[in-house]
Amino acid sequence: MIKNRLGNLAYQLVALLLAFGVVSLILISVDASPSEAYKNIFKGSFGEMRKFAEVLVAFVPLLLVTAGLLVTFSSGLWNIGVEGQVVLGAIATTWVYRLLLESGLPPVAIITLAILGGMVGGAIWAALAGILKVFGGVNEIFGGLGLNFVATALTIYLIFGPWKRPGVASMSGTVPFPDEFSLPLWAGLRISPWALVIALAGVVFVYFLLQGTYFGLRLKAVGKNFRAAYLLGIPTWQYSMYSFLICGALAGAAGAVQVAAVYHRLIPSISSGYGYLGLMVAMLINYQALWAVPVALFFAALNIGSIQLPIIMKLDSSLSGVLQGVLVLFVLLAAGVRQKFGRKS
Amino acid sequence: MSQETIIIGLAGVLASASPLIFAVIGETLSERAGVINLSMNGTILLSAMGGFAVAYNTDNIILGFLAGMLIGALVALIVAFASITLQQSQVAVGFVLALTCRDLAYFLGNDYMGVPGPRLQAAPIPVLGDIPILGPLFFRHDVITYISFIAIFLAWLWIFRTRPGLMLQGIGEKPAAAYIRGANVNLMRYVYTIVGGALIGLTGPAFSLATRAGWMGTISGLDGFGWIALSITIFGGWNPVRGAFGAYLFAFLQWLGLVLQPVLTQVPSQVLQVAPFPLMILTLLLVNIGNAEWVERTLAAMPESARKIFSKILRAMRASPPAALGVPFEPD
Repeated sequence: MIKNRLGNLAYQLVALLLAFGVVSLILISVDASPSEAYKNIFKGSFGEMRKFAEVLVAFVPLLLVTAGLLVTFSSGLWNIGVEGQVVLGAIATTWVYRLLLESGLPPVAIITLAILGGMVGGAIWAALAGILKVFGGVNEIFGGLGLNFVATALTIYLIFGPWKRPGVASMSGTVPFPDEFSLPLWAGLRISPWALVIALAGVVFVYFLLQGTYFGLRLKAVGKNFRAAYLLGIPTWQYSMYSFLICGALAGAAGAVQVAAVYHRLIPSISSGYGYLGLMVAMLINYQALWAVPVALFFAALNIGSIQLPIIMKLDSSLSGVLQGVLVLFVLLAAGVRQKFGRKS
Repeated sequence: MSQETIIIGLAGVLASASPLIFAVIGETLSERAGVINLSMNGTILLSAMGGFAVAYNTDNIILGFLAGMLIGALVALIVAFASITLQQSQVAVGFVLALTCRDLAYFLGNDYMGVPGPRLQAAPIPVLGDIPILGPLFFRHDVITYISFIAIFLAWLWIFRTRPGLMLQGIGEKPAAAYIRGANVNLMRYVYTIVGGALIGLTGPAFSLATRAGWMGTISGLDGFGWIALSITIFGGWNPVRGAFGAYLFAFLQWLGLVLQPVLTQVPSQVLQVAPFPLMILTLLLVNIGNAEWVERTLAAMPESARKIFSKILRAMRASPPAALGVPFEPD
């Protein structure tokens, strides 16, 4: 068992080295120094407190999305619609804010309701993908992708239509709400400790759900073998729907935090691709909840650190996406090589 | 609207659908053989950027198209290797490649942003182009659009009217049976995935060197077409002709969105641009719903006459994926 774990680690280290090797070659091909690029990414993410706080700002939604996806992956679903579920979370949160801002309720109550609203919004959007899958026979990948596009369209419609700023509507989003209605920030930084608490609570919840409950066990049974689970009397389609709802609620929480703690309004690119990135993290950690925290932090650091690249080195910041993608690809390939190799020996 | 504007508009629909046609046919071939190439969205962006860069640097448009096909074939090779040889999840590998290739396109394309480059010119066919109505509609396009017309026909012919095409259907439906009849299932899967990938790779340059000439990075507006092509492949029921119809329908709806814009001023233009997506979900639902269990149960409970009508309608719309889609095959 321990030998197995070590072997696993060795393969992942090889994958990591190969990924950095390939990305270095890509950098050399555009006449850029790899070491300088990595140094800038590191300095841009962990170099100073202010930048590390930005990493945490990106880490919160990424961790929430990853936690949610661990649930859908456990039940054997490829919830690619998670991106749209983040967006709907943000929309629902903004909607609750708009309803309650003038209500005279204390800000704490409004913030809480807004975030809960976001979770409901994400869950509803996930339920749509689930209904399409369970009752319509539409594969969750295709239903989810379509719903992602609809979610984006809905955001833009709201920003340019019913929720437009007085005067002229613009891509800068809806009217920001007053600061006292946002999640309180750490002094001088853009990260809210409450956002971190929500994210960590999300991943701890999922960890215990999957590892320590009968529900989690049944969910995994459905994921491992749908037919066998059905024959054993597990209500399979209900479990599929539950996992969609849980994932949608966590993704909705990610969208809610984006509104309540980061942007204080709805903007067109409110999700910034965290849903898709969460899918990558979930694949990289091989669906083990414990690893979600360090890997999501690493991915967030890459995203924030690479913002420096266009400024200092005139390189596109999409380098972080290339590095993340190549890394996941090599980990998948290494797992395949290992399985094939292992079977023969 | 005058008749002339409508004809020009419809001709534009045929031309603007041509990039999607290649992607849909490529994906159809790949999935017919049993391999889902989910990398399509990234492949299209990378081949659009790569094709443009090669055509720009060599000043040769044909080399640009070939470069796009090569990129598509190489990405498909990774999908094939990971899923056929290593037996990893096709969906996982394809999805990772979709994101990675997209970001790679943005990263490597940084230097080509907004650079004016070569563009495929219209090549009206003499005589045929002068036929009223049909001429401007079908025979005044660029070469890549003509090739897209021919590709639809050839792909249909290959799949449904030739012996190797019959074998292709076999390796996607019943690989074990095809194997017993002498087909090298995994080799054929490699071949069709790579050929399909090359066709998907033609989509990128068909955008960046023709219908949407140039490379504009994240604002090229090409991000998303791969996912659309994927939906259209299913809508098309893995049939190139029906798939092409889906691509034309999509392009038509987008054109309609543009045309209707002055009338529907209160609807933001960005919303009309994505109007086809809800319709796409709806059609996917209609195509798939016949496969759902509860529908079968409801049908069985219906009186004879109603059941006949409903099952006929459902069967006409229904499309079932190749039975062995996504399932690895081991000869022994």
